[in-house]
Amino acid sequence: MGIANRKELEARRKALHKANENVKTHVRVCSGTGCAALGAFEVYDALVKESKKAGLPVQVELEPCGKEKDPLFVSLTGCQGFCQIGPLVHILPDDILYTGVKVSAVKDIVEKTLAGGQVVEKLLYKNPEDKKRLKGRADIPFYKGQELVALEGCGSVAADSLDSYVASGGFSSLAKALKMDPDQVISEVEKSGLRGRGGGGFPTGRKWRSCVSAEGDERFVICNGDEGDPGAFMDCCIMEGDPYRVIEGMIICAHAVGSSTGFIYVRHEYPRAVERLSLAVKTCEENGLLGKKILGSDLDFDISVARGGGAFVCGESTALMRSIEGSVGEPRAKYVRSVQRGFRDKPTVLNNVETFACVPSIINEGSDWFTSRGTEKSPGTKAFCLVGKVVNTGLIEVPMGTSLRDVVFGMGGGIIDGRPFKAVQTGGPSGGCLGEDHLDLPVDFDALAKAGSMMGSGGMIVMDDRTCMVDVAKYFLKFLMEESCGKCVPCREGVYQLHAMLDKLSRGEGEPQDLEKIQRLGKEIQVSSLCGLGKSAPNPVLSTLKNFREEYEAHVNDKRCPAGVCRDITTFTIDPDKCTGCLVCKKACPPDAISGEKKQVHIIDQDKCTQCGACRLVCKFDAVVTN
Amino acid sequence: MNAAPAVDMKQVGAVLARFEKGERSHLVHLLQDLQSEIHYLPGEAIRAAAEYLDVPLNSAFSVATFYKAFSLVPRGETIVKVCLGTSCHIRGAPVVVEDLRIGLGVGPGETTPDMKYTVEVVNCVGACALAPVVIANTRYIADVKPGTIVKIIEEG
Ligand SMILES: Cc1cc2nc3c(=O)[nH]c(=O)nc-3n(C[C@H](O)[C@H](O)[C@H](O)COP(=O)(O)O)c2cc1C
Ligand code: FES
Repeated sequence: MGIANRKELEARRKALHKANENVKTHVRVCSGTGCAALGAFEVYDALVKESKKAGLPVQVELEPCGKEKDPLFVSLTGCQGFCQIGPLVHILPDDILYTGVKVSAVKDIVEKTLAGGQVVEKLLYKNPEDKKRLKGRADIPFYKGQELVALEGCGSVAADSLDSYVASGGFSSLAKALKMDPDQVISEVEKSGLRGRGGGGFPTGRKWRSCVSAEGDERFVICNGDEGDPGAFMDCCIMEGDPYRVIEGMIICAHAVGSSTGFIYVRHEYPRAVERLSLAVKTCEENGLLGKKILGSDLDFDISVARGGGAFVCGESTALMRSIEGSVGEPRAKYVRSVQRGFRDKPTVLNNVETFACVPSIINEGSDWFTSRGTEKSPGTKAFCLVGKVVNTGLIEVPMGTSLRDVVFGMGGGIIDGRPFKAVQTGGPSGGCLGEDHLDLPVDFDALAKAGSMMGSGGMIVMDDRTCMVDVAKYFLKFLMEESCGKCVPCREGVYQLHAMLDKLSRGEGEPQDLEKIQRLGKEIQVSSLCGLGKSAPNPVLSTLKNFREEYEAHVNDKRCPAGVCRDITTFTIDPDKCTGCLVCKKACPPDAISGEKKQVHIIDQDKCTQCGACRLVCKFDAVVTN
Repeated sequence: MNAAPAVDMKQVGAVLARFEKGERSHLVHLLQDLQSEIHYLPGEAIRAAAEYLDVPLNSAFSVATFYKAFSLVPRGETIVKVCLGTSCHIRGAPVVVEDLRIGLGVGPGETTPDMKYTVEVVNCVGACALAPVVIANTRYIADVKPGTIVKIIEEG
């Protein structure tokens, strides 16, 4: 059943919308990577089965001419954000959010809530502050202050259903764009001030316009779903949870720049994203939303899904294009930009997943609507993945300009176990760490860059007093050293040397002049590398050296790691006054270095200890101390 | 070193046949499919792929060694992937690697002599909120506590 033109799309949307309105109760089971890992699919199956058993009018798809009266719609959605306490089951219209749902709890949900109309208290979120149970998303601090644009459908639409997306207004933006002149579409995107969400923050409208004015008989549209930042998963959630929105954004772009071929490049560590996108592309083809004469217009456009091979550098535009061409993903110098000569040397628009996901709303609601949120130079909202040593971890989207404090202490609920806050890392391997004095910084592209970090793709990793800044910098350098493609010398050799210098510090062998050397080499790598990987590789070390210099000095001068992380200069001992003799650390110790009986003080055998820190991680009484 | 099992060239041929002969741009995709069928890339398979797509042998090997998704040596029945992404790193993933090293006797990139387990490290699998994360073949193990991983994996 195809959708031949705008009229048919509208008719289908109306019918589906009506079906949606008829739904009496909607149960949304989150199937994001986190919830799926915790067993969400089993929960979904059980919910459907138990509801049927209880004689409830279950639907698993929107049925415009369904026979059931007052149906109960059970769907699998993408990431609902609060991954940490998954699997999540969200019940509408009453806004009941059940957390940590196990298969064993399904019977209760069906009998008490779906059939009985009561709330199962013990499945509700418990606010750590006052131990009160909170009923729905409207009450939970994690969701307060969020505003969803790119993530609008992620967690609400059924992830693998075109109908669900269409019912929520999907593809109406494409219909509108196809009525507009391509130039008008570009103008609207320009006016919205949308900046690329992949890291650089380049104005999207301007990129599209330069593609149009570049010479070439063929143009390409590529979506960058490589998401190389280790510790970020926003794009993963969008691709898995709302694949049609990305596709719609790409088709609008194809119309604007006059392209007939597109690619989505997805990293291979995201098998479900590959699967869902491939399914979505196929469904769009079958329904006439991809292929020839889309929605009855003159636009022909096809999309292929390409899998990455597990190389960080392939997220870089020119390397990514080489990779899709089937070669080694090495970047090239950008004397000529890829928007002019990109894939197969033709003009190419490459945008990030989240960037494309913002486009449908901008066209539908207008650029004014978009610029009414965010800051002047960074309009709109931004998705972040809030992780690390923070109480509430998960996926959020906030207006640009929200302060780090609101994110970490508001939505994030502060630091785990009430430990002191040390830093937030943003921008991944190209970014930096910001400390206490930057907490009131409004998060946008320029403010972060000014503070010595970077927006990056949206990873936000919170660190406490037990995270060592030297170790974090060394971690990123090791990552980049391994990921450097080796084409240019400053990156291949320079990053290697930087890493060696930090390794020296972490072993307690640093000398006072090393800190200056690190700084000098870092600056040289920044200016002389070929691509963004090398140019930004020194950022984590330079920013931590600037913001946390005393920690570096402790490693050099006192041969001590204040956070107790760097193994060679850390010793672990047990504080006899605090140890309760609970055996937990003894069981957790990989090399069996801890001795002690129940209820007696435990002792660490320093000869056997490998300083891995497992004991300190598990001790609930803060009894494991470091020098 | 574990002795490599003989390569089933028929299996290789079946994968090749899914692609257009001589179409060089399919190299990465073809090698990915070979890898998922055979679980690693034997030299013979890379050679056959290069010939089939008319790609110089050195380019084929350069692609096969460039991308981390490819392995040129046979791997164990269960691939234990420890995430060492930033979030997992600071929430205790190094301890998990230590546990596996002691419990299974192999470190990252190594395979147990009985070919049962290969330990690998990866950078972020998109479940950062549940750090640290381990994936055993397709099974995600979330919030891994020190001292528990070996038992969880052995019990399947
Ligand atoms: C080493 C390196 C890695 C990158 N990785 C990614 C990535 O994983 N995802 C992404 O969208 N952009 C990545 N980028 C940025 C891209 O080169 C490009 O600027 C971006 O995809 C453009 O899309 P945007 O304008 O919508 O942000 C990376 C850049 C560099 C230098
Ligand atoms: S850092 Fe381990 S899943 Fe993202």
